[in-house]
Amino acid sequence: MPTLTFDAAGVTVDTPHGPKVVLEPTTLELTERRVGVVGANGSGKSTLARLVNGLVTATTGRVVVDGVDVSKDPSRVRRRVGFVFTDPAAQVVMPTCVEDVELSLRRHVKGATARRARAIEMLASFGLADLADTSVHALSGGQRQMLALAGVLAVEPSVVVADEPTTLLDLANTRRVGDVLLGLEQQLVLVTHDLDLARRCDRVLVVEDGRIRYDGAPDAAVDDYVASVEAREGAGL
Amino acid sequence: MSTPQLVGSYQPGDSLVHRLPVGVKVSTLAVFSLCVVAVRSMPASWVFLALALGAALLARVSVTALARAARGVLLVAVVVAAFQWWLKGPDRAIETVVDLFALALVAVVLTATTPVNAMLDALVRWITPFRRLGAEPDRVALTVGLAVQAIPGTIAIAVETRDAARARGLERRPRAYLSPFVIRVVARAQETGDALAARGLGDD
Ligand SMILES: Nc1ncnc2c1ncn2[C@@H]1O[C@H](COP(=O)(O)OP(=O)(O)O)[C@@H](O)[C@H]1O
Ligand SMILES: [Mg+2]
Repeated sequence: MPTLTFDAAGVTVDTPHGPKVVLEPTTLELTERRVGVVGANGSGKSTLARLVNGLVTATTGRVVVDGVDVSKDPSRVRRRVGFVFTDPAAQVVMPTCVEDVELSLRRHVKGATARRARAIEMLASFGLADLADTSVHALSGGQRQMLALAGVLAVEPSVVVADEPTTLLDLANTRRVGDVLLGLEQQLVLVTHDLDLARRCDRVLVVEDGRIRYDGAPDAAVDDYVASVEAREGAGL
Repeated sequence: MSTPQLVGSYQPGDSLVHRLPVGVKVSTLAVFSLCVVAVRSMPASWVFLALALGAALLARVSVTALARAARGVLLVAVVVAAFQWWLKGPDRAIETVVDLFALALVAVVLTATTPVNAMLDALVRWITPFRRLGAEPDRVALTVGLAVQAIPGTIAIAVETRDAARARGLERRPRAYLSPFVIRVVARAQETGDALAARGLGDD
């Protein structure tokens, strides 16, 4: 497994009301295959996830992916770290399924015929073989998220970061996408509100107000998260 | 969710038009469009329309794709025709409408018979010789692809924000749907930029 290192990495942004700490300096060493991240809306989960592939840069400290400092060589890190977004509509940019996967492969497979063959293969492994020439607008939410996954995995990343990949999906599609993600041989950082998926990880981080509130075994972490939510409710917050 | 589509998407097939090289198709489209715009004569317009229909038949473009394209230009055609009628008389108005439909038809024939990736590849080939002048083929191709793809997405957002305003009984207040529309289009553009960066596209 690659090693993801947060070395006192924190993010502060400028707002009209002055600087705001989005993520306090955080130190972590993630070597598990499946790392879950849970926490309330606005707690800083996306910021944490985006630090891993340089979509957000640390304003203090640094993030290192397998020996490569994200802020020093972002394009090299991005080639290794795939990113899955909540809304696949923003991620899928070509008119048909096969063309979208081909777009990912542009730099990896030379020659239109070889590229098409590889793209079809990828689609088939995500159960989308019959939809190769279908317009991406005709897909269901679950199919579109699968297509986004195919596009991300086509370039063989060694780490996959998924930011609430099932939040827009129904139960069946949540399970389908979750099964694919949790079954990957690559390292996975999975931000999710689905506590069942979180429990299936190897390690879970609970984020609260820009800090890691709990870090440990999945069941204990999820229980801690639930307890913290209930405590806040009890306090009338 | 069904999204209205302006640009007909690719329909696989093995017609003569499908098998023509992309370069031939794109340059024919360019020359044809120039002729349609430049030649001012009623009989010529009907000939252009007939040629466009012939190409559509030859390419076996589906009737629904044609109907969708026709519907897409209908509104523009009616407005333009009204102006032409008022300024130049009925002959000119009819000629303009016929020209518009001919142009829409050939555009559909091109997009229905040519995968966008093939067009992008051709574009990259054509631009590559100009690399020394500072052109970046991959970036240009990606930009064109995105522009094509942004149209249906933007229409979908427009439809959704209008429906949301309607649901609140605010359809007569343009601000009720214009501001969320603009915000969502900008947000979508930003997300798409992030997604492209995450896929390692366009950053070298
Ligand atoms: N660039 C930014 N400018 C201002 N505020 C930001 C920025 N990025 C994040 N935030 C704020 O920081 C907090 C955490 O954001 P985020 O990481 O997206 O949380 P989560 O993904 O857990 O919902 C939110 O309150 C968000 O509004
Ligand atoms: Mg988030």
